[in-house]
Amino acid sequence: MALYPSKFNNPVVKWIDSRLPLFTLMHHEYVEFQMPRNINYLWAFGAIAMLMLMTMIITGIMLAMQYTANTGLAFASVERIMRDVNFGWLLRYIHANGSAFFFIAVYIHLFRGLYYGSYQAPREIVWILGVVIYLLMMANGFLGYVLPWGQMSFWAATVITNLFSALPVVGDPIVTWLWGGFSVDNPTLNRFFALHYLLPFILLGVVMLHIAALHIAGSNNPLGIEIKGPQDSVPFHPYVTIKDIFAFIVFLILFCAFVFFEPNYMAHPDNYIPANPLVTPAHIVPEWYFLPLYAILRAIPDKLGGMLAMFSAVLILFVLPWLDTSKVKSCVFKPLTRVAFWLLAIDVLVLGFCGANPPDGAWVVAARVGTLYYFGYFLVLMPLLGKIERPLPRPASIADSILKGGGSVHAHGAAAQPMEKA
Amino acid sequence: MRHMKSVILAAALVLGFGTAGVAQANEGVELPQQSWPQAGPFGRIDQKQAQRGFQVFKEICANCHALGLVPYRALKGIGFTADQVKEIAAAAQVTDGPNDQGEMFQRPGKPSDRFVKPFANEKAAAAANGGAAPPDLSVIVKARLGAENYIAALLTGYPDEPPAGAQVPEGKYYNKYFPGHAIGMPKMLFDDSVTYADGTKATALQEAKDVATFLSYVSEPTQDERKGLGAKVILFLLVFAGLMYGCKRQLWAGLH
Repeated sequence: MALYPSKFNNPVVKWIDSRLPLFTLMHHEYVEFQMPRNINYLWAFGAIAMLMLMTMIITGIMLAMQYTANTGLAFASVERIMRDVNFGWLLRYIHANGSAFFFIAVYIHLFRGLYYGSYQAPREIVWILGVVIYLLMMANGFLGYVLPWGQMSFWAATVITNLFSALPVVGDPIVTWLWGGFSVDNPTLNRFFALHYLLPFILLGVVMLHIAALHIAGSNNPLGIEIKGPQDSVPFHPYVTIKDIFAFIVFLILFCAFVFFEPNYMAHPDNYIPANPLVTPAHIVPEWYFLPLYAILRAIPDKLGGMLAMFSAVLILFVLPWLDTSKVKSCVFKPLTRVAFWLLAIDVLVLGFCGANPPDGAWVVAARVGTLYYFGYFLVLMPLLGKIERPLPRPASIADSILKGGGSVHAHGAAAQPMEKA
Repeated sequence: MRHMKSVILAAALVLGFGTAGVAQANEGVELPQQSWPQAGPFGRIDQKQAQRGFQVFKEICANCHALGLVPYRALKGIGFTADQVKEIAAAAQVTDGPNDQGEMFQRPGKPSDRFVKPFANEKAAAAANGGAAPPDLSVIVKARLGAENYIAALLTGYPDEPPAGAQVPEGKYYNKYFPGHAIGMPKMLFDDSVTYADGTKATALQEAKDVATFLSYVSEPTQDERKGLGAKVILFLLVFAGLMYGCKRQLWAGLH
């Protein structure tokens, strides 16, 4: 009998596991899996993002049961969900605010990876899959924004799909193909709904690959030093599970504060006006989590150039593992890169404000300087600093830094502090 | 042609030439801030005030404005009894049908009917109102920056004389808070435009605040329920977070 040698004692579990070793897989990856013992709470955001994805999928399926993807009915069907469906208002507000909080979790996750060098060897594919996830999220966020068929929905769809018309020769045919007609209309809404329902499941598949690849190399940690022995690590369960649960609940409290008390804070009032192709809103803005990219788009005084710059700003992340020439992962030991990193974080925020404001006067100048620094960070500073910067001395191992007080590590403050006194 | 136009429009928008309207939209004077019982996490709709607001809506606004997404039964949420709601609904004539003879017919409204619209369609509404159809008010408080404060300000924001230099086109009215200041709606709320049964003095501002409260309720009839549930959820999560933090401390304390 060619059965898998399961180690479980429960006869039912053993029977299944020896035929399809899912229990062994879960035990291996989520119970005994070794995690660096010095990871801080920033490492919880991967799990938080995963839980947000599940929240979005579950509420999304329930909303789809009540929603009507037709230009004449969509707006009223959303309001019907708000008024007449049992807890429909809750489902919709969770879903609408959930997309923003999904992005918050993913942005923190992304910047954590950037700061601690989680994209470096051997985790390049983990990082690349992460960028694929980010791209899918952006596509899906945009598609979902269109579905309520309010003014912002309609005009965001018009503006974003029209970007492709900047491409030479193929531009206009592509736009017509995306619309399924000669303007944003019912066929557009129908396909956007179909795609909005499809993409999350593709996203979930890529998340699985992201986690599978992560579990080959194992998690990075604030020191950026790999696990050298059992003294450096703790088993995933219960140590990391309990930490992730606590972090998720704190995240959930913030999320619920928005859902229950300011559910429309991050939305635009104009999206409660039914779509009207004949009336252009005074100010078309995307959701806030796209604003830095929107600022880059508008910073370039040429439609095609702006579009290319915006897409490059995301695509550049794919080659990040090869743009960083440093042998050291964590910014904790790279004083110059650390300054450049924080400038980048501020830069992205400034770009966000530029995206939210009309592109004239000082905002244009700020957006251009911001765009320059954004690309400069990846294309100039990263390759250059990796070569010329002399990293600070690093502890011999993770356990060393914790048990002996870590000398140089502690000098650099909270970022390097192990979360627990051990 | 239409396609070409939208491409140019989008290009202009993307490049930021289309945002001239923003300055106009923001140029509006700061909105006077009223106190609203429904404001904040612990605020709730004042049902008496919402009922007065319904009276203002019914007697004044409803002559031009629809409430197309709201059924009469929603009035139960501001304290009307089932019988009162039936009576209010029955006062309206609803077009139903076709009947077995294939004819449309009129019947008294039922609580499950949506508020009967004052005009047959949007074109008719526009034709009767100088070319601009009065907006449906079903979600108006959520659809305007400034929410209730904007509604109250707009309704009372008609100075006796437009300021010197203000250009007000024929058939439009000067409003201090309307984007662009030229609004199709004349001043509708005056002192004693309605007579309140509960003895509240019907100043124009009081009427505006009352109707804004009613519109706040119809824009989101579940808002009180939402805040009530929210307080319980957050309280539960705080306790849960505390417990989990204790567990986490306990577990990690065992590590050396």
